[in-house]
This record gives sequence, structure tokens and C-alpha cells, in this order.
Amino acid sequence: MALYSEKVMDHFRNPRNVGVIENADGIGEVGNAKCGDIMKIYLKIENDIIADVKFETFGCGSAIASSSMATEMIKGKPLSEALTLTNKAVAEALDGLPTHKLHCSVLAEEAIKSAIRDYYERNGIEYDHKLFPDCGSCGHCCGEQ
Amino acid sequence: MKIYVDNAATTKMSRAAVEAMLPYMSEIYGNPSSLHSDGQAAAEALYSARERIAAVLGCTAKEITFTSGGSESDTQAIITAAKLGESKGKKHIISTAFEHHAVLHTLEALEKQGFEITLLDIDEYGLITAEQVKNALREDTCLVTVMFANNEIGTIQPIGEIGAVCRAAGVLFHTDAVQAVGHLNINVIEQNIDILSLSAHKFHGPKGAGVLYARKGIALQNVIFGGAQERGKRAGTENIPAIMGMAKALEDSAANISANSEKLIKMRNRLINGLSEIPHSILNGDREKRLPGNVNFCFEGIEGESLLLLLDDKGIAASSGSACTSGALDPSHVLLALGRPHEIAHGSLRLSLSVENTDEEIEYIITAVKEVVEYLRSMSPVWRDLVSGKKEFVIK
Ligand SMILES: Cc1ncc(COP(=O)(O)O)c(C=O)c1O
Repeated sequence: MALYSEKVMDHFRNPRNVGVIENADGIGEVGNAKCGDIMKIYLKIENDIIADVKFETFGCGSAIASSSMATEMIKGKPLSEALTLTNKAVAEALDGLPTHKLHCSVLAEEAIKSAIRDYYERNGIEYDHKLFPDCGSCGHCCGEQ
Repeated sequence: MKIYVDNAATTKMSRAAVEAMLPYMSEIYGNPSSLHSDGQAAAEALYSARERIAAVLGCTAKEITFTSGGSESDTQAIITAAKLGESKGKKHIISTAFEHHAVLHTLEALEKQGFEITLLDIDEYGLITAEQVKNALREDTCLVTVMFANNEIGTIQPIGEIGAVCRAAGVLFHTDAVQAVGHLNINVIEQNIDILSLSAHKFHGPKGAGVLYARKGIALQNVIFGGAQERGKRAGTENIPAIMGMAKALEDSAANISANSEKLIKMRNRLINGLSEIPHSILNGDREKRLPGNVNFCFEGIEGESLLLLLDDKGIAASSGSACTSGALDPSHVLLALGRPHEIAHGSLRLSLSVENTDEEIEYIITAVKEVVEYLRSMSPVWRDLVSGKKEFVIK
């Protein structure tokens, strides 16, 4: 059996939304180069809607695919909906990830939340802190769950 | 295009080795321990394979024990020396930080049993010296185990000199020669090697077959118990087909070492020069004192698994020391021992050549690696920070 599903390979080979948004309204960066993966998400927000999203990722195939899939899933969505995106949903949309790669989908969820929080903070918007992981750039490494 | 450059992981069997195995599957299939003529025919084949392998290593047939491969040979070698040492109250072992896990994990197990292990540091070129070994020797040292050539970065250690230091001190010397046998000239007498491990699948022989050489007088400790095969030191009906394939593959590789290495070194050096043109890349391991077919680089700002996947899409089968390729938490212990920081070690690429590779393939690989590295860097936030000056390059 191949390591990755066709979906993962498709998003890895042809990643959607790669790049940078100049003057982004929110930026989130999570992960740790020491562990081998960093994800950075850029958001353009218009009327509480994610008008555009781009990502940059340093990491393995599943990290790139997870970033690509997660950005697809939130593009054009209201922030309230983007905040409900779970790592599980990202992994499922990719037709699954190997167990030791599940943390890549976790990083994708965290990167998006971190970018949204950045947007809230920049604009002085009140938000429910419980919706966000409290780890910032979570220190966990490859394979750690 | 299909280009296999992962020969340090395993090799394709040579046609001759395959042919050498076939008769022992369907014609001469007897058990060498059986008295009847079918068994005795197998016993004779086994005897001849032992003699031929001994001739290549420069030892006698009685000093050869057949095993299931490199891991078993390493384990038995170390367990043997440890038991012999323990019986004399000597429980200190010297090795290096960049051994194969077959050695390191056996040493860890011994550490739990009260042995003290000294792991010598390698220098920035992936080498250790006989002097380092000499300085680490103690009254209670029972074994020095240093690999002949490293499986990741290909560096070749001064085995003869280390052997001489050990011999002078009366300490057993084992070398994991799994990556070296069939590729480098080895003579256990001239190089003062007491115990040596080798594995057939690294020199175009079959998988699951190996040899443990132990100098006459060294009483091997069993790792596998049972019947009286291999002078009672390794139980289990001998894998005659694999042993015949191994003997053939070893003879052929040994006979062609100079011609093969001349060809390999040329391709290797071209590959090293070509990949060195990639900015912020670095060769891992000494440029000269390395296996003829080994190339290992780190590229800053990218991660190895995505590099391998994209190279695979281009038909290139290679390997990396990135943690993500193994499911481990940390990148390669060899690259860390070499002093590469974690984030650099994640971006490593090993290309291990065989004589079946061609000059055209080498040029194709250089172009492909350049393209893929550039592409991955273009989407890497780490690379962006480096280029913008927000972070400092580790590889200048
Ligand atoms: C240096 C070294 N030692 C030991 C081994 C283990 O050999 P085997 O796969 O035959 O058990 C290998 C192969 O992976 C190796 O490269």
C-alpha cells in the first residue's frame, strides 16, 4: 500500500493557494523547523469573510497537502465557520493520513486559528480565547500527538 | 525514466548471483545436516561457499559463520565480546556516535545490563582517528566496535590503524563492514580485524544473508539457540540458496573493486560538483575518504521527505535522513553527530550509486534535484525568512 492516498498526493503535487498575501489582514505561523515542519497562513478578510488565503509550508508531503486542503476548506467562508475547522476534517478530506502524520493536519488547524486570532488582535476585536489553542507555535515535534 | 540511486539501502541482485542460487532451490535442496547424498551435496556447496568467502576476506573457512544479515552479525559480535569481557570483569565498550542502529541498540541493551559505553564523537567530516580510540581505552575495555564505512554519509574510517591500536592493547576489535564489503579492499589480517559483520544485499547478493567473521580463538556466544549448525554457534538450517548467491556476489564484487570504484568515483564527483552549485547546500562527510558511490547533501530551507517524493515523481529513487521519512521524532543521528542542526538535517538527501548508473542519469539527477530544491524553497516560509535576512543562513 502506498504511504499516502491519491488525494494527499494530488494536493502535494498541485498545492492550492501557495504563496503570500501582501498586506495580509491576519498571519499565523505554527510549527518548529527543528521538528521539520512550519506552516504559515496569510488571510485577506472582507466583511468577516475569508476573501483570500495563501500558505507557505516547510515540511513533508502530508504537511504541504494538509496546508493546501485546509486553505481550500476555508476560502470564501465566514470566519465563524473557518474557526470550526478541525484537524480531523482536514485529514478526512484528504482520505486519511498515516497515523504518524496526523500532526500535520493538527498544524493546519492551528495555523488557521493562529491567523484568525492575529486578525482579531490587530483589529481589537473581542474573541473567545477558548476557541484557540493556547500554545502559539506549539512546541511539539514530528509524530508527537 | 527510472533511476535507482538507493544502493546503500539495498542493491539489485546480479544476474550471476541469481543464477548461482537457482540450483539450490529445486535440484540440490537437501539439508546439509542430512547423511544421504542429497544432503551431502548441499553440505559440499556450503563448504565451498565458506572457503570462497574466506578467501575474499583473507581468513580461513572455520572463521566464517553464516547469519541472516548485518543486524544479526552485529548483534552476535557485540554480545560475544561483552560476554567474554564480563567473564574477566571488563565491562567497558568503545564505539562511535554514528554507528548503525544494529550496533547502537545492542550497546544500549548492554548498558542496561551494567556495561559502560563510550561513544566517540566524529569530526565535522564524519571521521574518527585511531588516536581517539587509543585515548578512550581503559583497563576494563573489552571491545572496540567502529564501522568500516558509514551507511548514510559514506565516510571510511581508518580501520587498519584502529585495529593496530586495539591489537596492541589486547582489546577485541569488531567492525560493521556492511557498507564496505564488496566496495573497498578488506583483509582481516592486514587490518587487524578480530570480528567483522557483512550483509549480502549490499553488494548485489540476496537479502537475509550475512557473515560473521570471528578470528580463531574467539568463542562466539549464541544469539540463536537450537541445532548444531555453524559449529553450534548459530542454530537453524542453513539458507543454502542465499549463501550460494552471497558467495557469488561477493567474489564478483571483490574481483571488480578497482574497476568499479574508478567508474563510481567519477560519477560521484560529478554529482557532488553539480549539486554543490545549489546555493546554501553542503556535502555531508569527507570529500575523499568516502565510499565510491556515496553522495549526501543538506539543502537549507527544505524538508527531505517532500524532496524524495518529488524526485520519485521524476523517476529517481533516493533516500533522506529527515525524521519524516522514518516516522521518528528526530532526524538522522548520523547528521546530528556530524554537527548539523535539526532543521538542516531534515533537509538531507542521500544518493548511493551502483555501476549500473550512467553519466546521462547523473546529469538528469543534477537537473532534477536543482529544480525540486528551488521549487520547495519557493514555498518555504523558512527559506523566505533566510532570504529576507530575518534569519541567518546556517549553510553559507
Ligand atoms: C552499516 C550497516 N550495518 C548494518 C546493517 C543491517 O544489515 P541487514 O539489513 O542485513 O540486517 C546495514 C543495512 O541497513 C548497514 O548499512
